[in-house]
Amino acid sequence: MLNAYYHLLIRDLRLALRNRHELANPLIFFVLVVSLFPLAVTPTAEALQAMAPGVIWVSALLAVLLSLDRLFKQDYDDGSLDQLMLSPNPLMILVLAKVTAHWLLTGLPLVIVAPLLGLFMSLPADAISVLVYSLLLGTPVLSLIGAIGVSLTVSVNRGGVLLSLIVLPLYIPILIFGANAVDVAMDGLSVKGQLMFLAAMLALAVSLAPLATAVALRITASR
Amino acid sequence: MLEIQSLECVRDDRLLFSDLSFTLGESEVVQIEGANGCGKTSLLRIICGLRLAESGAVNWYGESVQANREDYYANMVYIGHLPCIKGDLTVLENVRALLDTRSLSVSNLIIEAALAKVGLESYEDVPGKALSSGQRRRILLAFVDLAKAKLWVLDEPLTALDVQGVELMEAMIVAHKEAGGSVIFTTHHGMKLECEMRSVQLGNFAHAGQGD
Repeated sequence: MLNAYYHLLIRDLRLALRNRHELANPLIFFVLVVSLFPLAVTPTAEALQAMAPGVIWVSALLAVLLSLDRLFKQDYDDGSLDQLMLSPNPLMILVLAKVTAHWLLTGLPLVIVAPLLGLFMSLPADAISVLVYSLLLGTPVLSLIGAIGVSLTVSVNRGGVLLSLIVLPLYIPILIFGANAVDVAMDGLSVKGQLMFLAAMLALAVSLAPLATAVALRITASR
Repeated sequence: MLEIQSLECVRDDRLLFSDLSFTLGESEVVQIEGANGCGKTSLLRIICGLRLAESGAVNWYGESVQANREDYYANMVYIGHLPCIKGDLTVLENVRALLDTRSLSVSNLIIEAALAKVGLESYEDVPGKALSSGQRRRILLAFVDLAKAKLWVLDEPLTALDVQGVELMEAMIVAHKEAGGSVIFTTHHGMKLECEMRSVQLGNFAHAGQGD
């Protein structure tokens, strides 16, 4: 079972590394959106600081949302998804492998460039470290919840809008607590509560989202 | 080992077949016959447990397929219309990826031998996107051969195959039957099997017939 997880993870990473231009898309989107804001508004340190948590978190969320399609689309189109469903291994383990690969390829790069963008928005050092922690806890949840939405819409051509409608409401708690953590950190207050909440969401999503995704995939295939 | 019990399949409000029953024992070959759009692919997907039937059951050694996926899927291999081949993976990696989903660890040598058998010798390191559609289908033949499955469910396995490819598929089915395995397949090409086989007719308003 662990072998199946590992092999599928490696397969997805290998496929992505052979298709690098696609890999860079969410990252470039993230950097571009955040770096356009100072150009559009007064670029004073106070103004930038005030909106930095929200801008960075919203951009990260949209970058993940745009990349979700990649999660199952290719496998659905070429029939590999059927083979995954016909695996003797539990489908939720395979789903977890695919989501892990998705996070390593989209979420993790966002977490890594986030400090740079934090500096760009003149965030203080404390807030930058909280930003990294909140994204580190939050982006895997975005991938996990996104997988449920993608598995329901993968059979729909141009299901992008539908996917956003399904997934965005579920993303909102993550957005609120993630951005709020950075905001509170700037005021020098404790962010333990926000980060704990994000960690709880992550634990919940890791245990439940793969199950829901597996069921949704079976429903999609059965039509 | 496989029992199909009074299946009914409806697609887009159209009845494809109903009350379809047949059984498949060890070392048996069954061809599903019928015109385009009569539900052959749907039937095979129901047999695989991918699609849900309107009513009826598919049992594997007396147990429902849905309730017994682990055991059933370890003993069943399905190939459908879609090629399941990744253009960015090499031929060898493609076969390995397919085998990995079944948790089979097979040495490179064995995979290379299977590829040679299907006429893809020296193609091991060629990326999938450089292959013709017939060659992609041949990768699937190598996969089926290596899958160590008792039951083969093959949906139009001859698509895009050339004359040698068709002969190869026929020989593989006969060899599989002789080794005690069973095959359910559909095809619109003439398949000349040098072994005993049955056929199941799907027609309008479904009557399941059996004959040699």
